[in-house]
Amino acid sequence: MSEKEWPLYEVFIRSKSGLSHRHAGSIHAADDQMALDAARDTYTRRSEGVSIWVVRSSQIVASDPAETAAFFEPAEDKIYRHPTFYDMPDGVENL
Amino acid sequence: MYTQGLDQKGAVADRQGTETPVQLEAFQARIDAEEKIEAKDWMPEAYRRTLVRQISQHAHSEIIGMQPEGNWLTRAPTLKRKAILLAKIQDEAGHGLYLYSAAETLGVSRNQMVADLLSGKAKYSSIFNYPALTWADIGAIGWLVDGAAIMNQIPLCRCSYGPYSRAMIRVCKEESFHQRQGFDILVSLCNGTEQQKAMAQDALNRWWWPSLMMFGPSDKDSKHSAQSMAWKIKRFTNDELRQKFIDVTVPQAEFLGLKVPDDELEFDEKTGHYRHGEIDWQEFHDVLAGNGPCNRQRMEKRRKAHDEGAWVREAARAYADKHAAKDAA
Amino acid sequence: MNKESALLAYVTRLGDNALVLGQRMIELVAAYPELEEELANANFALDYIGQARMFYTCAGELEGKGRSEDDFAFLRDENEFRNLLLLEQPNGHFGDSLAKLVLFELFYFAQLQALTGCEDARVAEIAARAEKEIRYHLRHNTQWLVRLGDGTEESHRRVQESVNELWRFTGEMFEADEIDTIVEKAWGGPNLEQLRERWLADINAILINATLDKPEDGGMASGGKAGRHTEHFGYLIAEMQYLQRAHPGASW
Repeated sequence: MSEKEWPLYEVFIRSKSGLSHRHAGSIHAADDQMALDAARDTYTRRSEGVSIWVVRSSQIVASDPAETAAFFEPAEDKIYRHPTFYDMPDGVENL
Repeated sequence: MYTQGLDQKGAVADRQGTETPVQLEAFQARIDAEEKIEAKDWMPEAYRRTLVRQISQHAHSEIIGMQPEGNWLTRAPTLKRKAILLAKIQDEAGHGLYLYSAAETLGVSRNQMVADLLSGKAKYSSIFNYPALTWADIGAIGWLVDGAAIMNQIPLCRCSYGPYSRAMIRVCKEESFHQRQGFDILVSLCNGTEQQKAMAQDALNRWWWPSLMMFGPSDKDSKHSAQSMAWKIKRFTNDELRQKFIDVTVPQAEFLGLKVPDDELEFDEKTGHYRHGEIDWQEFHDVLAGNGPCNRQRMEKRRKAHDEGAWVREAARAYADKHAAKDAA
Repeated sequence: MNKESALLAYVTRLGDNALVLGQRMIELVAAYPELEEELANANFALDYIGQARMFYTCAGELEGKGRSEDDFAFLRDENEFRNLLLLEQPNGHFGDSLAKLVLFELFYFAQLQALTGCEDARVAEIAARAEKEIRYHLRHNTQWLVRLGDGTEESHRRVQESVNELWRFTGEMFEADEIDTIVEKAWGGPNLEQLRERWLADINAILINATLDKPEDGGMASGGKAGRHTEHFGYLIAEMQYLQRAHPGASW
């Protein structure tokens, strides 16, 4: 197919005030305003959103799944970062 | 749909590039542990290819499916029914969108998928090659076709590929309204005039067998399911889903006071399932091969919309380019 | 004509506009240039069908004879419909239907804004809901007009032709008849001269943005508000009303 495609955008929706934006999927649009409209029509028809972010898919920087071990495992043995690692003596309060 | 695509060749693993037994085993272990595979994860080429075919076929089906129902939009008999039908068709376009979006995570572009549909290379569910001849057909399509789709789609919510499973969860949330609106139409007709009741019966007569065919060939004729089942792209066999559909739907037909057009239909007390007549597989293959009542018409309409819209798509790109250049300057 | 009859006729016309335009948009389902536009169009058509239902229900209440929204939509004859001729024109290509929407919605939005101050509370409430919907339509549709006007040479030529062809139907929007005048004076409805000035300013700005020329004002078509339609209308109504007419009294 020789026709050049409209760019792909990733869509993030905040479903209600207080929650973060979550990834909902993607749409194609020729420009940013069209992308917002398309995201609204595709992902919020049943009042599933109060705020929409659209980002060109080409702008997403992602961690490499092949590097998952090196990227995430080193955190696993640093259990002293979790409060449950620490046994407080009986009798002391508010810690 | 849906299950038909899973039975095609390509579901069998073939070795291409560097797929070592260790890698394949590790992959299978993830699947067996019910882990989700995500977009950039390592996967066998055959897994990726099968999913691209399966998901894009599903997406194409949604898009083509807009046409038979769209045939009665302008003639819907009340404003409420018109609005509901339009909302349903809109959902179908939306489902197509979610599914194209999921397929694109596997490295195929929307353009490529659309091109394959328009060239006839890609398939879509055989059911949409039948004509919607009366208002009662709209009821039958919602009740039977969406009913069959739901039966297939709910297990797919647990499919191993993350983006597809998440798209299916979205789709399933919306799909039950679709089936209910169809059944609701038939309830009105079956409680109406003699002509309306006859209209409903006629629609059931024409849509029953094609709906059963939606589940794909019989298990004994479906050679490539095993790998799809192992990879949790497919979770139940064709016959299992088809039987479940029949068991659930026949009582609904009885509730409506309609007769299912199968003289061999009989409830078997011992098994708890309905025995049914033999499906005309010749018809199924003819329709899949392009010789159903509406194949040409559906493709014509899709091609026409696409071709006639080229100038619009191009204009949008040209405008965006002009203004991106201006903003950058 | 007393003020109650005028309001009833006015509200029915609002329903007719919404229904006829909604019906034309519905014809385009599965024919859009891109999937995302299918969704947008369906939303717009749903808004219009919804507005038709609200206006007709309100008309039924004002009339007080027990007529339902469907009675208004399916059981009136052609000359009882009082929609603008602009809205019953056939769809044509994407540029044609888009130009029609922009030309109408710039007027309709202003009309709805004025009607939020209507002294009949039901009408004011419907107008407030519809206004929000049409505000979004305008955002989407005016930007598309600009994209087509300022896109390629082909899109520019095509949409200029669309605007040129439809221009002669725009005068009717601002032709005040007795009903418009009574609704303005007795119910707080819009003044059509003011609406025309505003519309001219709005459409001028958009056309400039879209690099399109404003057509010369020639003779303006008229008659829709009096029930004298173009030949297209008979077919539109026949198709829409078919099932109810073929099965009188049936329930769906």
